[in-house]
Amino acid sequence: MKKPYQKPTILKLQVGFLREKKSSLSRMVRQEIDGVPVAELVEKFGSPLFVFSEKRLREQFRYLKRLFEGHYPRVEFSWSYKTNYLDAICRIFHQEGATAEVVSNFEYEKARRLGVPGDQIVFNGPYKPKEILRQAVLEGARINVDSLDEILDLEEIARETGEKLRIGLRVNMDTGIYPRWDRFGFNLESGEVLNVARRIAAGGKLEVVGLHCHQGTFILEPEAYGRAAEKLVDLSQKLENDFGWTIEYLDLGGGFPSRNRLKGLYLPPEVAVPPLSEYAEKIARALLTRLPAGDYPLLILETGRALVDEAGFLITTVRALKRLPDGRRAYILDAGVNLLFTAFWYHFRVEVEREIPGPPEPCVLYGPLCMNIDVVEESALLPPLARGTRLVLSPVGAYNVTQWMQFITYRPRVVLVTEKGNVEVIREAETLEDIVRREKIPEHLK
Amino acid sequence: MKLKRLAISEEGFVFDPETGNSYTVNETGLLILKKLREGLSPEEIAGIMSEEYGISREEALRDIQDFLEAMARFGLWEEKYG
Ligand SMILES: Cc1ncc(COP(=O)(O)O)c(C=O)c1O
Repeated sequence: MKKPYQKPTILKLQVGFLREKKSSLSRMVRQEIDGVPVAELVEKFGSPLFVFSEKRLREQFRYLKRLFEGHYPRVEFSWSYKTNYLDAICRIFHQEGATAEVVSNFEYEKARRLGVPGDQIVFNGPYKPKEILRQAVLEGARINVDSLDEILDLEEIARETGEKLRIGLRVNMDTGIYPRWDRFGFNLESGEVLNVARRIAAGGKLEVVGLHCHQGTFILEPEAYGRAAEKLVDLSQKLENDFGWTIEYLDLGGGFPSRNRLKGLYLPPEVAVPPLSEYAEKIARALLTRLPAGDYPLLILETGRALVDEAGFLITTVRALKRLPDGRRAYILDAGVNLLFTAFWYHFRVEVEREIPGPPEPCVLYGPLCMNIDVVEESALLPPLARGTRLVLSPVGAYNVTQWMQFITYRPRVVLVTEKGNVEVIREAETLEDIVRREKIPEHLK
Repeated sequence: MKLKRLAISEEGFVFDPETGNSYTVNETGLLILKKLREGLSPEEIAGIMSEEYGISREEALRDIQDFLEAMARFGLWEEKYG
């Protein structure tokens, strides 16, 4: 029998470097996703390929829902469409009891088309075109207002309908974190919210029934949510006292982190990312200690990435090998930042489909685009890979299949591994026809 | 010839007395180094590797060239003189 072949490698020895290699190597292999072999997925559905796990989606949703319900009596999860609005993914969350959180006409229409009733929709966002705003009002959506101009639009709609409209206010505030998303809604500390409330009350057309605060995304500070909850409760009591409104819901937005490795964070996510139970505790403690007993407004959470990120994988194939002028090894993959928008902010876990002999070596993973920015990972530690080797990148379930772009090449299939272990296509690969269908050639260019 | 100055152990430990740097090579890396020292050409080594490991000559040669390029980056190999 021939000896097993290893690609020849030479590594410069650095103190401490070789010590780690064994442990990182054993963590780098992924042969299957929910029992379906990676090789089989690629053979049937091609590469690159996004793969979602229905089991993980449902389990994470149930875990988070029960976690919060264990801490506070009235909780609603509203699925953040922008995080992943593939029909099948939304359907799964809606089946589990999530309402829909949308921020545009497109997202509103997509939720309605999926069969979500208007009164099960939370409508946020800095620009809600008048037409869709009117539809949302008529269909009973919860509308969280972002600006004074939107208040004017709503007052006009109220005049049309002849009824007082129930709205929520988006509030931004200092919760001790950076960056502060202070461009959305009305500022608390400056007194802007109260000014706006006075303006609304004087208009007599609208009534404030909810408060909303989305602080940002991938927030690693559970206490920031405690502070936001406290401030919202205080504000709701002030509004109820001053204007006679009843605040029926407090919406803390999204922002819980997934187990992803944010760039610039030195520690691995297992250490750097606090458990979600800490967020639940901080929020519930703030609410329960401040609210009068028995008077529990609905707590709405628009959790996006923490629900979906870890259920998504991208299988990609090494298509070419390179050696860079500085000596580093580099690989060209068939998936780049066209598909992995979040590669700009996160270091994905990179796993190889099988055990590959040879010492891990620092290397760069490039995508297939003819663009210098197309870097999937600037320093992975991988054994020498042969052309054709498949890699599994994760977590990639949040914000990639929405922010991906049709640029230079086609977007690939997305499949779902069902709870029974079947594989279903939930989005077909793009074809040339899909892309050119909307183009027109003027007569003189024909 | 730069290769001559290197101390190469049977375990694949390589020491460059000129710079004080140390390296490790794996089994196939070690084979290439030894054969180069014996004066074989990359093409000849590819033939040996293809025999021993059951891979194609083309793959072997491509991997050898990649290896030599890595060596060159470390200042251990010069294209013309070895
Ligand atoms: C208003 C609003 N709600 C919810 C989310 C979801 O955030 P995340 O995915 O961080 O949970 C976002 C994301 O930006 C948002 O803008």
